[in-house]
Amino acid sequence: MNRPVTVRVQKVKKNRIRTRLFFFLFLAVILVLVSFFADQIVPYDPYAQDLGLSRQPPSPAHFMGTDQYGRDVFSRVVVGAKASVFSTLVLVCVTSVFGTVTGTLCGYFGREIDSVVMRISDVCLAFPGLVFALAIAALLGGGMSNAVIALAVISWPKYARVARGQTLALKNSDFVAAAKLAGDNSAQMILRHILPNILGPILVTAMLDIGTMMMELAGLSFLGLGAQPPVAEWGNMMSGGRSMLQTYPWLVLSPGVAIFLTVVTFNLLGDTVRDYMDPKNSGS
Amino acid sequence: MKHYAVRRLLQLIPILFAITFLSYGMMRLAGSDVVEQKMENTGGTVSQEMIDAAREELGLDKPFIVQYVTWLGKLAQGDMGVSYVSGKPVFSTFVSKLPATLLLAVVSILLTVIVSIPLGIWSAVNQNKAADYVIRTASFIGNSLPNFFVSLLLMYFFAIRLNWFPVISRDVSLQSVALPSVTLAIAMSAKYLRQVRATVLDELSKDYVLGAKARGVKFSTTMMKSVMKASLVTIITLLTLSIGSLLGGTAIVESIFMWDGVGKMAVDAINMRDYPIIQAYVMWMAVIYVLVNLVTDVSYRYLDPRIRLGGTEQ
Repeated sequence: MNRPVTVRVQKVKKNRIRTRLFFFLFLAVILVLVSFFADQIVPYDPYAQDLGLSRQPPSPAHFMGTDQYGRDVFSRVVVGAKASVFSTLVLVCVTSVFGTVTGTLCGYFGREIDSVVMRISDVCLAFPGLVFALAIAALLGGGMSNAVIALAVISWPKYARVARGQTLALKNSDFVAAAKLAGDNSAQMILRHILPNILGPILVTAMLDIGTMMMELAGLSFLGLGAQPPVAEWGNMMSGGRSMLQTYPWLVLSPGVAIFLTVVTFNLLGDTVRDYMDPKNSGS
Repeated sequence: MKHYAVRRLLQLIPILFAITFLSYGMMRLAGSDVVEQKMENTGGTVSQEMIDAAREELGLDKPFIVQYVTWLGKLAQGDMGVSYVSGKPVFSTFVSKLPATLLLAVVSILLTVIVSIPLGIWSAVNQNKAADYVIRTASFIGNSLPNFFVSLLLMYFFAIRLNWFPVISRDVSLQSVALPSVTLAIAMSAKYLRQVRATVLDELSKDYVLGAKARGVKFSTTMMKSVMKASLVTIITLLTLSIGSLLGGTAIVESIFMWDGVGKMAVDAINMRDYPIIQAYVMWMAVIYVLVNLVTDVSYRYLDPRIRLGGTEQ
Protein backbone atom coordinates (compact mmCIF):
# COMPACT_ATOMS: atom_id res chain seq x y z
CA MET A 1 0.00 0.00 0.00
CA ASN A 2 1.13 3.56 -0.38
CA ARG A 3 0.81 4.75 3.20
CA PRO A 4 4.51 4.48 4.18
CA VAL A 5 5.43 6.38 1.03
CA THR A 6 3.00 9.18 1.88
CA VAL A 7 4.41 9.37 5.38
CA ARG A 8 7.96 9.59 4.03
CA VAL A 9 6.97 12.32 1.56
CA GLN A 10 5.32 14.21 4.37
CA LYS A 11 8.42 13.87 6.52
CA VAL A 12 10.58 15.34 3.77
CA LYS A 13 8.07 18.14 3.37
CA LYS A 14 8.03 18.77 7.09
CA ASN A 15 11.82 18.91 7.22
CA ARG A 16 11.88 21.35 4.36
CA ILE A 17 9.35 23.55 6.12
CA ARG A 18 11.43 23.37 9.30
CA THR A 19 14.57 24.50 7.45
CA ARG A 20 12.61 27.38 5.95
CA LEU A 21 11.23 28.23 9.36
CA PHE A 22 14.70 28.47 10.90
CA PHE A 23 15.98 30.54 8.00
CA PHE A 24 13.23 33.15 8.20
CA LEU A 25 13.31 33.11 11.97
CA PHE A 26 17.03 33.86 11.76
CA LEU A 27 16.37 36.81 9.41
CA ALA A 28 13.61 38.11 11.64
CA VAL A 29 15.80 37.84 14.74
CA ILE A 30 18.51 39.82 12.95
CA LEU A 31 15.97 42.54 12.13
CA VAL A 32 14.81 42.66 15.72
CA LEU A 33 18.41 42.83 16.97
CA VAL A 34 19.14 45.65 14.51
CA SER A 35 16.12 47.51 15.81
CA PHE A 36 17.26 47.03 19.42
CA PHE A 37 20.88 48.03 18.89
CA ALA A 38 20.22 50.60 16.15
CA ASP A 39 21.83 53.43 18.10
CA GLN A 40 25.07 51.49 18.53
CA ILE A 41 25.55 50.30 14.96
CA VAL A 42 24.80 53.38 12.89
CA PRO A 43 27.83 54.93 11.18
CA TYR A 44 26.64 58.54 11.71
CA ASP A 45 24.41 60.32 14.17
CA PRO A 46 20.97 60.06 12.51
CA TYR A 47 19.91 63.43 13.91
CA ALA A 48 23.08 65.45 13.33
CA GLN A 49 22.40 68.14 10.76
CA ASP A 50 25.11 69.34 8.40
CA LEU A 51 23.67 71.70 5.85
CA GLY A 52 26.93 71.67 3.89
CA LEU A 53 26.27 68.00 3.11
CA SER A 54 22.63 68.53 2.24
CA ARG A 55 21.04 66.26 -0.43
CA GLN A 56 24.15 64.31 -1.37
CA PRO A 57 23.45 61.48 -3.81
CA PRO A 58 24.42 57.96 -2.69
CA SER A 59 28.22 57.62 -2.37
CA PRO A 60 30.65 55.29 -0.57
CA ALA A 61 30.57 57.53 2.51
CA HIS A 62 26.79 57.88 2.56
CA PHE A 63 25.58 54.94 0.59
CA MET A 64 21.94 55.97 0.76
CA GLY A 65 22.82 59.65 0.35
CA THR A 66 21.85 62.45 2.71
CA ASP A 67 18.58 64.31 3.24
CA GLN A 68 17.78 68.00 3.02
CA TYR A 69 19.41 68.67 6.42
CA GLY A 70 22.52 66.69 5.53
CA ARG A 71 21.58 63.77 7.80
CA ASP A 72 22.86 60.37 6.71
CA VAL A 73 19.90 58.46 5.23
CA PHE A 74 21.36 55.01 5.95
CA SER A 75 21.73 55.81 9.66
CA ARG A 76 18.19 57.13 9.70
CA VAL A 77 16.86 54.00 8.01
CA VAL A 78 18.62 51.81 10.59
CA VAL A 79 17.32 53.89 13.48
CA GLY A 80 13.93 53.85 11.77
CA ALA A 81 13.86 50.11 12.34
CA LYS A 82 13.73 50.86 16.05
CA ALA A 83 10.49 52.78 15.63
CA SER A 84 8.90 50.46 13.05
CA VAL A 85 9.92 46.95 14.07
CA PHE A 86 9.88 47.50 17.82
CA SER A 87 6.50 49.32 17.86
CA THR A 88 4.94 46.71 15.61
CA LEU A 89 6.09 43.85 17.82
CA VAL A 90 4.77 45.61 20.92
CA LEU A 91 1.48 46.26 19.12
CA VAL A 92 1.04 42.68 17.96
CA CYS A 93 2.01 41.24 21.36
CA VAL A 94 -0.36 43.48 23.29
CA THR A 95 -3.34 42.97 20.96
CA SER A 96 -2.88 39.23 20.65
CA VAL A 97 -2.60 38.75 24.42
CA PHE A 98 -5.53 41.02 25.18
CA GLY A 99 -7.67 39.56 22.39
CA THR A 100 -6.85 35.99 23.37
CA VAL A 101 -7.67 36.57 27.03
CA THR A 102 -11.01 38.28 26.33
CA GLY A 103 -11.92 35.80 23.61
CA THR A 104 -11.13 32.79 25.78
CA LEU A 105 -13.08 34.17 28.73
CA CYS A 106 -16.04 34.99 26.46
CA GLY A 107 -16.01 31.56 24.92
CA TYR A 108 -15.59 29.77 28.23
CA PHE A 109 -18.10 31.66 30.33
CA GLY A 110 -20.52 32.65 27.59
CA ARG A 111 -23.75 34.38 28.62
CA GLU A 112 -23.83 38.13 29.27
CA ILE A 113 -20.07 38.80 29.19
CA ASP A 114 -19.90 37.04 25.86
CA SER A 115 -22.67 39.01 24.22
CA VAL A 116 -21.52 42.36 25.62
CA VAL A 117 -17.89 41.87 24.58
CA MET A 118 -18.85 40.55 21.17
CA ARG A 119 -21.12 43.56 20.54
CA ILE A 120 -18.21 45.84 21.51
CA SER A 121 -16.00 43.99 19.07
CA ASP A 122 -18.72 44.39 16.41
CA VAL A 123 -18.56 48.14 16.87
CA CYS A 124 -14.75 48.09 16.71
CA LEU A 125 -14.96 46.01 13.56
CA ALA A 126 -17.62 48.25 12.05
CA PHE A 127 -14.87 50.69 11.19
CA PRO A 128 -12.26 49.93 8.60
CA GLY A 129 -8.81 49.90 10.17
CA LEU A 130 -7.43 53.20 9.16
CA VAL A 131 -10.60 55.18 9.83
CA PHE A 132 -10.70 54.24 13.47
CA ALA A 133 -7.00 54.83 13.72
CA LEU A 134 -7.48 58.25 12.17
CA ALA A 135 -10.24 59.08 14.62
CA ILE A 136 -8.20 57.98 17.63
CA ALA A 137 -5.13 59.77 16.39
CA ALA A 138 -7.30 62.86 15.93
CA LEU A 139 -8.58 62.47 19.47
CA LEU A 140 -5.28 61.76 21.22
CA GLY A 141 -3.08 63.69 18.85
CA GLY A 142 -0.22 62.34 16.76
CA GLY A 143 2.65 60.30 18.18
CA MET A 144 3.86 56.76 17.85
CA SER A 145 2.27 55.49 21.07
CA ASN A 146 -1.11 56.92 20.08
CA ALA A 147 -0.85 55.31 16.67
CA VAL A 148 -0.11 52.00 18.40
CA ILE A 149 -3.14 52.47 20.68
CA ALA A 150 -5.32 53.29 17.67
CA LEU A 151 -4.32 50.14 15.83
CA ALA A 152 -4.62 48.07 19.01
CA VAL A 153 -8.24 49.12 19.43
CA ILE A 154 -9.17 47.92 15.97
CA SER A 155 -7.13 44.74 15.88
CA TRP A 156 -7.91 42.97 19.17
CA PRO A 157 -11.35 41.69 18.01
CA LYS A 158 -9.62 39.54 15.41
CA TYR A 159 -7.79 37.59 18.12
CA ALA A 160 -10.80 37.60 20.40
CA ARG A 161 -12.84 35.93 17.67
CA VAL A 162 -10.25 33.28 16.89
CA ALA A 163 -9.79 32.51 20.60
CA ARG A 164 -13.52 32.48 21.26
CA GLY A 165 -14.28 30.17 18.36
CA GLN A 166 -11.54 27.75 19.36
CA THR A 167 -12.62 27.81 23.00
CA LEU A 168 -16.22 27.11 22.07
CA ALA A 169 -15.10 24.14 20.01
CA LEU A 170 -12.90 22.78 22.80
CA LYS A 171 -15.50 23.30 25.50
CA ASN A 172 -17.55 20.43 24.16
CA SER A 173 -14.64 18.06 23.70
CA ASP A 174 -14.23 14.90 25.74
CA PHE A 175 -10.96 15.80 27.44
CA VAL A 176 -12.47 19.01 28.82
CA ALA A 177 -15.41 17.01 30.16
CA ALA A 178 -12.94 14.55 31.69
CA ALA A 179 -10.96 17.35 33.33
CA LYS A 180 -14.18 18.74 34.71
CA LEU A 181 -15.07 15.35 36.18
CA ALA A 182 -11.60 15.18 37.68
CA GLY A 183 -12.50 18.34 39.56
CA ASP A 184 -10.57 21.07 37.73
CA ASN A 185 -11.91 24.55 38.42
CA SER A 186 -12.38 27.19 35.74
CA ALA A 187 -8.94 28.76 36.13
CA GLN A 188 -7.17 25.39 35.89
CA MET A 189 -9.34 24.44 32.97
CA ILE A 190 -8.54 27.58 30.99
CA LEU A 191 -4.84 27.67 31.82
CA ARG A 192 -4.05 23.96 31.55
CA HIS A 193 -6.45 22.66 28.95
CA ILE A 194 -7.85 25.40 26.79
CA LEU A 195 -5.05 27.95 26.36
CA PRO A 196 -2.34 25.47 25.33
CA ASN A 197 -4.67 24.10 22.68
CA ILE A 198 -5.65 27.42 21.13
CA LEU A 199 -2.19 28.98 21.06
CA GLY A 200 -1.35 27.53 17.63
CA PRO A 201 -4.03 29.38 15.63
CA ILE A 202 -3.40 32.54 17.69
CA LEU A 203 0.32 32.38 16.95
CA VAL A 204 -0.35 31.95 13.21
CA THR A 205 -2.77 34.90 13.22
CA ALA A 206 -0.23 37.03 15.07
CA MET A 207 2.67 36.13 12.79
CA LEU A 208 0.64 36.88 9.67
CA ASP A 209 -0.46 40.15 11.25
CA ILE A 210 3.02 41.60 11.80
CA GLY A 211 3.55 42.69 8.19
CA THR A 212 0.11 44.28 7.88
CA MET A 213 0.43 46.10 11.18
CA MET A 214 3.86 47.38 10.25
CA MET A 215 2.46 48.82 7.03
CA GLU A 216 -0.52 50.38 8.79
CA LEU A 217 1.69 51.91 11.45
CA ALA A 218 4.01 53.34 8.82
CA GLY A 219 0.92 54.57 6.95
CA LEU A 220 -0.25 56.49 9.99
CA SER A 221 3.20 58.02 10.36
CA PHE A 222 3.14 58.84 6.68
CA LEU A 223 -0.08 60.81 7.22
CA GLY A 224 1.55 62.61 10.15
CA LEU A 225 -0.51 60.75 12.75
CA GLY A 226 2.23 58.44 14.01
CA ALA A 227 5.88 59.18 14.70
CA GLN A 228 6.53 62.92 14.48
CA PRO A 229 9.55 64.48 12.79
CA PRO A 230 12.45 64.69 13.50
CA VAL A 231 12.09 61.11 14.84
CA ALA A 232 13.39 58.77 12.15
CA GLU A 233 10.63 56.36 11.18
CA TRP A 234 10.17 54.83 7.74
CA GLY A 235 6.68 56.20 7.14
CA ASN A 236 7.47 59.77 8.08
CA MET A 237 10.85 59.68 6.28
CA MET A 238 8.98 58.79 3.09
CA SER A 239 6.44 61.48 3.74
CA GLY A 240 9.25 63.99 4.26
CA GLY A 241 11.06 62.95 1.09
CA ARG A 242 7.93 62.90 -1.03
CA SER A 243 8.11 66.53 -2.17
CA MET A 244 11.67 65.91 -3.41
CA LEU A 245 10.77 62.71 -5.24
CA GLN A 246 11.65 64.20 -8.60
CA THR A 247 15.17 65.34 -7.77
CA TYR A 248 16.24 63.23 -4.77
CA PRO A 249 14.43 59.91 -5.17
CA TRP A 250 16.71 58.08 -2.70
CA LEU A 251 15.04 59.92 0.16
CA VAL A 252 11.86 57.96 -0.58
CA LEU A 253 13.36 54.81 -2.03
CA SER A 254 15.67 53.95 0.90
CA PRO A 255 13.05 53.82 3.65
CA GLY A 256 10.59 52.35 1.14
CA VAL A 257 12.86 49.45 0.30
CA ALA A 258 13.63 48.98 4.01
CA ILE A 259 9.97 48.64 4.91
CA PHE A 260 9.29 46.38 1.93
CA LEU A 261 12.10 43.98 2.81
CA THR A 262 11.12 43.92 6.47
CA VAL A 263 7.48 43.23 5.66
CA VAL A 264 8.54 40.52 3.18
CA THR A 265 10.66 38.85 5.87
CA PHE A 266 7.89 38.83 8.43
CA ASN A 267 5.28 37.73 5.87
CA LEU A 268 7.47 34.82 4.74
CA LEU A 269 8.02 33.90 8.37
CA GLY A 270 4.26 34.07 8.97
CA ASP A 271 3.49 31.88 5.94
CA THR A 272 6.08 29.36 7.07
CA VAL A 273 4.74 29.25 10.61
CA ARG A 274 1.28 28.64 9.16
CA ASP A 275 2.56 25.79 6.99
CA TYR A 276 4.47 24.38 9.94
CA MET A 277 1.38 24.39 12.14
CA ASP A 278 -0.85 22.94 9.44
CA PRO A 279 -1.71 19.36 10.43
CA LYS A 280 -1.77 18.40 6.72
CA ASN A 281 2.00 18.91 6.68
CA SER A 282 2.76 17.06 9.89
CA GLY A 283 5.02 14.08 9.44
CA SER A 284 3.93 12.02 12.40
CA MET B 1 -35.67 35.78 2.75
CA LYS B 2 -37.65 38.99 3.33
CA HIS B 3 -38.03 38.21 7.03
CA TYR B 4 -34.32 37.64 7.28
CA ALA B 5 -33.47 40.96 5.64
CA VAL B 6 -35.92 42.83 7.87
CA ARG B 7 -34.58 41.16 11.00
CA ARG B 8 -31.05 42.02 10.02
CA LEU B 9 -32.07 45.63 9.41
CA LEU B 10 -33.60 45.83 12.89
CA GLN B 11 -30.41 44.44 14.42
CA LEU B 12 -28.52 47.30 12.86
CA ILE B 13 -30.35 49.98 14.83
CA PRO B 14 -28.56 49.49 18.18
CA ILE B 15 -25.20 49.17 16.44
CA LEU B 16 -25.80 52.43 14.58
CA PHE B 17 -26.78 54.16 17.82
CA ALA B 18 -23.64 52.91 19.52
CA ILE B 19 -21.58 54.18 16.63
CA THR B 20 -23.18 57.64 16.60
CA PHE B 21 -22.68 57.88 20.34
CA LEU B 22 -19.07 56.78 20.14
CA SER B 23 -18.16 59.02 17.26
CA TYR B 24 -19.86 61.98 18.88
CA GLY B 25 -18.38 61.31 22.31
CA MET B 26 -14.91 60.76 20.96
CA MET B 27 -14.85 63.99 19.04
CA ARG B 28 -16.37 65.98 21.87
CA LEU B 29 -13.76 64.72 24.30
CA ALA B 30 -11.06 65.99 22.02
CA GLY B 31 -12.96 69.11 21.05
CA SER B 32 -12.25 71.28 24.07
CA ASP B 33 -9.66 73.38 22.36
CA VAL B 34 -11.61 73.90 19.14
CA VAL B 35 -12.74 77.39 20.05
CA GLU B 36 -9.26 78.46 21.02
CA GLN B 37 -7.95 76.98 17.82
CA LYS B 38 -10.57 78.84 15.82
CA MET B 39 -9.63 82.07 17.57
CA GLU B 40 -5.94 81.47 16.96
CA ASN B 41 -6.67 80.98 13.30
CA THR B 42 -8.25 84.43 13.10
CA GLY B 43 -5.28 85.96 14.92
CA GLY B 44 -5.15 88.75 17.47
CA THR B 45 -5.64 88.57 21.22
CA VAL B 46 -8.63 86.70 22.55
CA SER B 47 -10.47 87.49 25.74
CA GLN B 48 -12.21 84.89 27.90
CA GLU B 49 -15.57 86.52 27.04
CA MET B 50 -14.99 85.97 23.35
CA ILE B 51 -14.16 82.33 23.98
CA ASP B 52 -17.27 81.86 26.09
CA ALA B 53 -19.39 83.55 23.45
CA ALA B 54 -18.01 81.30 20.77
CA ARG B 55 -18.58 78.23 22.97
CA GLU B 56 -22.17 79.28 23.45
CA GLU B 57 -22.59 79.87 19.74
CA LEU B 58 -21.35 76.35 19.01
CA GLY B 59 -23.41 74.92 21.87
CA LEU B 60 -20.31 73.67 23.66
CA ASP B 61 -21.42 75.02 27.05
CA LYS B 62 -24.35 72.61 27.46
CA PRO B 63 -24.15 69.16 29.10
CA PHE B 64 -22.81 66.37 26.97
CA ILE B 65 -26.03 64.38 26.65
CA VAL B 66 -28.00 67.47 25.61
CA GLN B 67 -25.40 68.19 22.96
CA TYR B 68 -25.56 64.61 21.74
CA VAL B 69 -29.35 64.55 21.48
CA THR B 70 -29.39 67.93 19.71
CA TRP B 71 -26.75 66.68 17.31
CA LEU B 72 -28.65 63.46 16.67
CA GLY B 73 -31.89 65.34 16.03
CA LYS B 74 -30.18 67.58 13.52
CA LEU B 75 -28.46 64.59 11.97
CA ALA B 76 -31.84 62.96 11.36
CA GLN B 77 -32.78 66.03 9.32
CA GLY B 78 -29.59 65.82 7.30
CA ASP B 79 -28.03 68.73 9.19
CA MET B 80 -24.51 67.83 10.22
CA GLY B 81 -23.51 71.31 11.24
CA VAL B 82 -20.95 73.57 9.62
CA SER B 83 -17.26 73.06 9.15
CA TYR B 84 -15.21 74.90 11.77
CA VAL B 85 -12.68 75.79 9.13
CA SER B 86 -14.57 76.74 5.98
CA GLY B 87 -17.89 77.62 7.61
CA LYS B 88 -19.73 75.69 4.90
CA PRO B 89 -22.38 73.07 5.72
CA VAL B 90 -20.76 69.70 6.39
CA PHE B 91 -23.36 67.81 4.43
CA SER B 92 -22.84 69.66 1.15
CA THR B 93 -19.05 69.61 1.56
CA PHE B 94 -19.30 65.89 2.00
CA VAL B 95 -21.57 65.39 -1.00
CA SER B 96 -19.26 67.45 -3.18
CA LYS B 97 -16.35 65.07 -2.41
CA LEU B 98 -18.31 61.91 -3.12
CA PRO B 99 -18.15 61.74 -6.94
CA ALA B 100 -14.33 61.66 -6.93
CA THR B 101 -14.26 58.86 -4.36
CA LEU B 102 -16.95 56.93 -6.24
CA LEU B 103 -15.06 57.19 -9.52
CA LEU B 104 -11.84 56.01 -7.88
CA ALA B 105 -13.69 53.15 -6.17
CA VAL B 106 -15.41 51.97 -9.35
CA VAL B 107 -12.28 52.12 -11.50
CA SER B 108 -10.09 50.32 -8.97
CA ILE B 109 -12.71 47.63 -8.37
CA LEU B 110 -12.99 47.04 -12.11
CA LEU B 111 -9.21 46.79 -12.44
CA THR B 112 -9.07 44.40 -9.51
CA VAL B 113 -11.76 42.16 -10.96
CA ILE B 114 -10.11 42.16 -14.39
CA VAL B 115 -6.74 41.22 -12.88
CA SER B 116 -7.48 38.98 -9.94
CA ILE B 117 -10.23 36.67 -11.19
CA PRO B 118 -8.61 35.43 -14.43
CA LEU B 119 -5.15 35.25 -12.85
CA GLY B 120 -6.50 33.48 -9.78
CA ILE B 121 -8.26 30.89 -11.92
CA TRP B 122 -5.27 30.47 -14.19
CA SER B 123 -3.02 30.01 -11.20
CA ALA B 124 -5.36 27.38 -9.72
CA VAL B 125 -5.71 25.46 -12.96
CA ASN B 126 -1.92 25.38 -13.37
CA GLN B 127 -1.27 24.56 -9.73
CA ASN B 128 2.45 24.18 -8.92
CA LYS B 129 3.50 24.95 -12.47
CA ALA B 130 5.64 27.90 -13.56
CA ALA B 131 2.67 30.21 -14.17
CA ASP B 132 1.33 29.49 -10.71
CA TYR B 133 4.66 30.32 -9.03
CA VAL B 134 5.04 33.55 -10.99
CA ILE B 135 1.51 34.67 -10.13
CA ARG B 136 1.86 33.72 -6.48
CA THR B 137 5.19 35.50 -6.16
CA ALA B 138 3.73 38.62 -7.74
CA SER B 139 0.80 38.45 -5.36
CA PHE B 140 3.14 38.02 -2.40
CA ILE B 141 5.16 41.07 -3.42
CA GLY B 142 1.99 43.09 -3.90
CA ASN B 143 0.88 42.07 -0.44
CA SER B 144 4.12 43.23 1.14
CA LEU B 145 4.24 46.69 -0.42
CA PRO B 146 2.64 49.47 1.61
CA ASN B 147 0.31 51.45 -0.63
CA PHE B 148 2.07 54.74 0.00
CA PHE B 149 5.26 53.22 -1.35
CA VAL B 150 3.42 51.88 -4.42
CA SER B 151 1.89 55.32 -4.96
CA LEU B 152 5.26 57.03 -4.82
CA LEU B 153 6.92 54.42 -7.05
CA LEU B 154 4.18 54.75 -9.68
CA MET B 155 4.35 58.51 -9.39
CA TYR B 156 8.12 58.45 -9.82
CA PHE B 157 8.17 56.18 -12.86
CA PHE B 158 4.98 57.03 -14.71
CA ALA B 159 4.38 60.65 -13.81
CA ILE B 160 7.88 62.04 -13.28
CA ARG B 161 10.16 59.91 -15.50
CA LEU B 162 7.80 58.97 -18.31
CA ASN B 163 5.44 61.89 -17.93
CA TRP B 164 2.44 59.79 -18.96
CA PHE B 165 0.15 60.92 -16.19
CA PRO B 166 -0.23 64.09 -14.14
CA VAL B 167 1.69 64.08 -10.82
CA ILE B 168 -1.17 65.80 -9.04
CA SER B 169 -4.73 65.29 -10.16
CA ARG B 170 -6.12 68.73 -10.83
CA ASP B 171 -9.45 67.44 -12.03
CA VAL B 172 -11.54 64.31 -11.81
CA SER B 173 -10.70 62.71 -15.14
CA LEU B 174 -9.82 59.28 -16.47
CA GLN B 175 -6.20 60.27 -16.95
CA SER B 176 -5.76 61.44 -13.41
CA VAL B 177 -7.65 58.50 -11.91
CA ALA B 178 -5.19 56.08 -13.52
CA LEU B 179 -2.35 56.11 -10.99
CA PRO B 180 -4.39 56.17 -7.78
CA SER B 181 -6.65 53.39 -9.04
CA VAL B 182 -3.71 51.25 -10.16
CA THR B 183 -2.17 51.69 -6.69
CA LEU B 184 -5.35 50.47 -5.04
CA ALA B 185 -5.84 47.70 -7.57
CA ILE B 186 -2.31 46.34 -6.97
CA ALA B 187 -2.94 45.92 -3.26
CA MET B 188 -6.42 44.48 -3.71
CA SER B 189 -5.54 42.15 -6.58
CA ALA B 190 -2.62 40.75 -4.62
CA LYS B 191 -4.94 39.88 -1.77
CA TYR B 192 -7.84 38.56 -3.85
CA LEU B 193 -5.78 36.54 -6.26
CA ARG B 194 -4.83 34.24 -3.40
CA GLN B 195 -8.43 33.90 -2.28
CA VAL B 196 -9.75 33.25 -5.77
CA ARG B 197 -7.02 30.67 -6.30
CA ALA B 198 -7.78 28.92 -3.02
CA THR B 199 -11.51 28.86 -3.71
CA VAL B 200 -11.12 27.53 -7.23
CA LEU B 201 -8.65 24.86 -6.06
CA ASP B 202 -11.11 23.84 -3.41
CA GLU B 203 -13.91 23.54 -5.96
CA LEU B 204 -11.75 21.69 -8.47
CA SER B 205 -11.00 18.97 -5.91
CA LYS B 206 -14.68 18.18 -5.48
CA ASP B 207 -16.27 15.02 -6.80
CA TYR B 208 -18.62 16.68 -9.23
CA VAL B 209 -15.68 18.01 -11.26
CA LEU B 210 -14.34 14.48 -11.62
CA GLY B 211 -17.87 13.27 -12.43
CA ALA B 212 -18.26 15.85 -15.14
CA LYS B 213 -14.88 14.86 -16.55
CA ALA B 214 -15.90 11.17 -16.56
CA ARG B 215 -19.08 12.00 -18.42
CA GLY B 216 -16.99 13.79 -21.04
CA VAL B 217 -18.05 17.33 -20.24
CA LYS B 218 -15.53 19.79 -21.60
CA PHE B 219 -13.27 21.25 -18.89
CA SER B 220 -14.05 24.80 -19.96
CA THR B 221 -17.77 24.10 -19.59
CA THR B 222 -17.35 22.70 -16.08
CA MET B 223 -15.20 25.67 -15.27
CA MET B 224 -17.63 28.27 -16.54
CA LYS B 225 -20.87 26.66 -15.47
CA SER B 226 -20.03 25.13 -12.11
CA VAL B 227 -16.69 26.15 -10.66
CA MET B 228 -17.11 29.84 -11.41
CA LYS B 229 -20.60 29.87 -10.01
CA ALA B 230 -19.50 28.19 -6.82
CA SER B 231 -16.56 30.55 -6.43
CA LEU B 232 -18.84 33.54 -6.76
CA VAL B 233 -19.64 33.65 -3.05
CA THR B 234 -16.00 34.25 -2.14
CA ILE B 235 -15.55 36.80 -4.85
CA ILE B 236 -18.66 38.71 -3.81
CA THR B 237 -17.58 38.78 -0.18
CA LEU B 238 -14.22 40.17 -1.16
CA LEU B 239 -15.71 42.78 -3.43
CA THR B 240 -18.24 44.01 -0.89
CA LEU B 241 -15.53 44.28 1.73
CA SER B 242 -13.38 46.39 -0.57
CA ILE B 243 -16.30 48.50 -1.70
CA GLY B 244 -16.79 49.36 1.95
CA SER B 245 -13.28 50.61 2.47
CA LEU B 246 -13.08 52.24 -0.95
CA LEU B 247 -16.25 54.26 -0.45
CA GLY B 248 -14.65 55.68 2.64
CA GLY B 249 -11.97 56.94 0.38
CA THR B 250 -8.52 55.71 0.91
CA ALA B 251 -6.96 58.37 3.03
CA ILE B 252 -3.36 57.70 2.08
CA VAL B 253 -3.71 57.25 -1.65
CA GLU B 254 -6.12 60.16 -2.01
CA SER B 255 -3.78 62.45 -0.08
CA ILE B 256 -0.70 61.45 -2.07
CA PHE B 257 -2.32 62.05 -5.43
CA MET B 258 -4.24 65.07 -4.14
CA TRP B 259 -7.39 63.28 -5.26
CA ASP B 260 -10.20 65.46 -3.97
CA GLY B 261 -12.28 62.72 -2.36
CA VAL B 262 -13.73 61.82 1.01
CA GLY B 263 -10.52 60.26 2.35
CA LYS B 264 -8.41 63.32 1.68
CA MET B 265 -11.15 65.44 3.21
CA ALA B 266 -10.91 63.35 6.39
CA VAL B 267 -7.13 63.66 6.61
CA ASP B 268 -7.31 67.42 6.05
CA ALA B 269 -10.07 67.69 8.65
CA ILE B 270 -7.95 65.82 11.19
CA ASN B 271 -4.98 68.06 10.59
CA MET B 272 -7.20 71.14 10.98
CA ARG B 273 -9.13 69.61 13.91
CA ASP B 274 -12.36 70.20 12.03
CA TYR B 275 -14.54 68.00 14.23
CA PRO B 276 -17.90 68.26 12.43
CA ILE B 277 -16.27 66.96 9.25
CA ILE B 278 -14.50 64.14 11.09
CA GLN B 279 -17.77 63.15 12.76
CA ALA B 280 -19.58 63.11 9.45
CA TYR B 281 -16.84 60.98 8.00
CA VAL B 282 -16.81 58.46 10.82
CA MET B 283 -20.60 58.21 10.64
CA TRP B 284 -20.49 57.69 6.91
CA MET B 285 -17.93 54.93 7.25
CA ALA B 286 -19.93 53.20 9.94
CA VAL B 287 -23.13 53.34 7.92
CA ILE B 288 -21.36 51.98 4.86
CA TYR B 289 -19.78 49.16 6.79
CA VAL B 290 -22.98 48.14 8.44
CA LEU B 291 -24.89 48.26 5.15
CA VAL B 292 -22.17 46.39 3.30
CA ASN B 293 -22.28 43.62 5.89
CA LEU B 294 -26.03 43.44 5.51
CA VAL B 295 -25.85 43.23 1.72
CA THR B 296 -23.15 40.55 1.97
CA ASP B 297 -25.18 38.40 4.35
CA VAL B 298 -28.34 38.73 2.31
CA SER B 299 -26.58 38.03 -0.98
CA TYR B 300 -24.90 34.94 0.51
CA ARG B 301 -28.28 33.49 1.23
CA TYR B 302 -29.44 34.31 -2.23
CA LEU B 303 -26.38 32.84 -3.93
CA ASP B 304 -25.69 29.82 -1.78
CA PRO B 305 -28.60 27.40 -1.51
CA ARG B 306 -26.93 25.60 1.43
CA ILE B 307 -27.04 28.71 3.60
CA ARG B 308 -30.48 29.62 2.24
CA LEU B 309 -32.06 26.27 3.01
CA GLY B 310 -30.13 25.58 6.19
CA GLY B 311 -31.12 28.84 7.78
CA THR B 312 -34.84 29.07 6.99
CA GLU B 313 -36.80 30.79 9.69
CA GLN B 314 -39.25 28.79 11.71
